[in-house]
Parts: sequence; C-alpha cells; structure tokens
Amino acid sequence: MIEWLAVLAVCQLAGEAAAQAAQLPVPGPVCGMAFLFVGLVLHGRVPEGLGKVADALLLNLSLLFVPAGVGIMLHFKLLAGDWLALSAALIVSTLLTIGVTAAAMAFLSRKTGPAARGQ
Amino acid sequence: MTNLRDIWVYLAASPLLHLTLTLVAYSAGYAIYRKVRFNPLFNPVLIAVAAVVTILLVTGTSYGTYFQGAQFVHFLLGPATVALAVPLYRQIERVRRSGAAIFASILLGTLTAPASAIAMVWLLGGSRDSMVSIAPKSVTAPVAMGIAQELGGLPSLTAALVILTGILGAMLGPPLLNRLGIKDWAARGLAMGVASHGIGTARALQVNEVAGAFAGLAMGLNALATSVLLPALWHLLFAGR
Repeated sequence: MIEWLAVLAVCQLAGEAAAQAAQLPVPGPVCGMAFLFVGLVLHGRVPEGLGKVADALLLNLSLLFVPAGVGIMLHFKLLAGDWLALSAALIVSTLLTIGVTAAAMAFLSRKTGPAARGQ
Repeated sequence: MTNLRDIWVYLAASPLLHLTLTLVAYSAGYAIYRKVRFNPLFNPVLIAVAAVVTILLVTGTSYGTYFQGAQFVHFLLGPATVALAVPLYRQIERVRRSGAAIFASILLGTLTAPASAIAMVWLLGGSRDSMVSIAPKSVTAPVAMGIAQELGGLPSLTAALVILTGILGAMLGPPLLNRLGIKDWAARGLAMGVASHGIGTARALQVNEVAGAFAGLAMGLNALATSVLLPALWHLLFAGR
C-alpha cells in the first residue's frame, strides 16, 4: 500500500515541478493526474494495489474539502456585500452549466455512435 | 477544575483537537447523508462545514488555529487529485470512443459557467468586483484564484464562491439531471465536474464510478480551458472599460 502512496506522491511532485518549470496554468496535482494517466496507458492496466489506494482516497474525497470549506468563515463580510446578486448568480449559473454540459454530452454521444447508457 | 482547564488549554493548542473535530464533523455529516439514502441535498461537506464553522465561531477559535489541525486532511487533496487518473483510465475505452463529444461538451460548459455568472451579477446590479470574482467560480480553487487575480478581482472572494459553487452543484445537480432525464453516467459526470469541480466530482464518485471518472476528467480540462480562454475573452470584450 505504501509503495502506491509513494507513486501518487512522486506523480504529484513531478506535476508540481512541471507546472512550475513550464509556468502551466493548471495546478501541480492536475499535472500529476495527467502523468499517472500516461503511466497507466503505457503500463496497460491498473495495478491492483494502486487501484485499492486510489479507491480508498477517492471514496472519501469529499472529506478532504472540509478544511477549505471552513475557510468560508473568513469571507462572510465580502459575501454579504452583494449577497443577493452573488447567490442568485451562483444558483442559476451552476444549474445552467450542469444542464447545458449534460444535455450536450447526451446529445452528441447519441449522434456519434452507440454510447454505453448508464442503467 | 483548574486541572480540566489546563487540559483544555493544552488540547486547544495542539493540532489533534481540530483534526479530530474535522473527522468527527464529517463522520456525523456522512452518517446523516447515509441515513437519508444519499439524498444530495444533505451534502456531507455542507453539514460538516456548517458544524465546524458554528463551533469555531462559538468558541472564538480563529481559522488559522483550526487549520493547523485540519491541514493534515487538506494535504491529502493533492494525492487524491492524482489518483483521479485511475477511474479515468478504467473508462479509457469510452473516452476514446466519445472523445470529440467529450471535448465539445466540456468546452460548452467552460463558456457557459463564467458567461452566465457574469450576466446574472450584472443584471442584479452587483459590483464590478463581484462580476470579476465570480467569473472563474466553477474552476478548482487554486486555478480560480489565479484567474481572479489576473482579471483584477478579489481572489479570497473567489475562493469562497468556488466552495459554494461546489456544494451547490453537488446538492442541486443530481435532481436537475434526473428532471432533465439524463441517464448516461458519462454525461452526468462531465456536467458535475465542469460546473462544480472537486466537490461535484466527489459526489459523482460516491454514486457511480463512470460518473466519477468523467467528472475528474471534466474538472481537469475545465481548469485548463478556463485559464486559457477566460482571460483572453475578458480582455477582448471588456478591454478599456
């Protein structure tokens, strides 16, 4: 298990280094995700241990957002300034984005061939 | 009595207390979430954040003190983001087959998110700061803050709006997708990842592995596309205003 955690850490480190060196607009961990993906493509399958570690981390992904989420307490004043416009914009824009993206993907993948349907 | 007080002073200064608080608050939030059979409106992040913020405000604890303990949880976000490559690789066949549809849908979402957010704030008479700061709200937090900075917004306001967007998307996205009759897990996941980044991806992963994989992909590509397109479009449209 530890060796696969180390693989994740190495990918993240490489990602941070690449993002810094090339001044990429994406954060290091996202680059690290791309590196690990390329590694998996080259390897041809997901090693069992890596699969277990990844699943364990990802099943609890929402826990990892709690510390950053609590940070919202620092910004109550800023949010209060325009609260009506901001909250309406957040709700409308988030719903619209979800609806537009999902409808586009459902429509386009129906157009471009037999897509695997969920359920 | 003095003993108890000494113990409290000791514990309050150690990172263990706030690490424990984070884990207990999330466990409680998750227990409620499971009790309502994973109804998205009872989002465990929302419950945990509300509980922790209330406790910190009541006890007069600063966010800095809290974060000394919570940083150990926060730190795992990096390796977890890297791990998103695993579910994505498991869907490589579908990604290959629908590559064009995936990129087109993500691009549409990438443009819809800032355009609709800016338009709504403008329509409701919000300030320019609010318009700029809300524009990158659907992008994962570090990238969104960088974009806000570049456009002359308030990065810390953006950070708060990003978190709220994530929670709102995770809560309201699934019922909206049900109402729209979208059953394809790939489409559902893409939408959650584009609109509400990691928090939407976390919800997608809890429900379905295909949805989770596509959400992670959408989150990454949306961050990349927004950081390239949004500043360019912004300068094109609002240059000199």
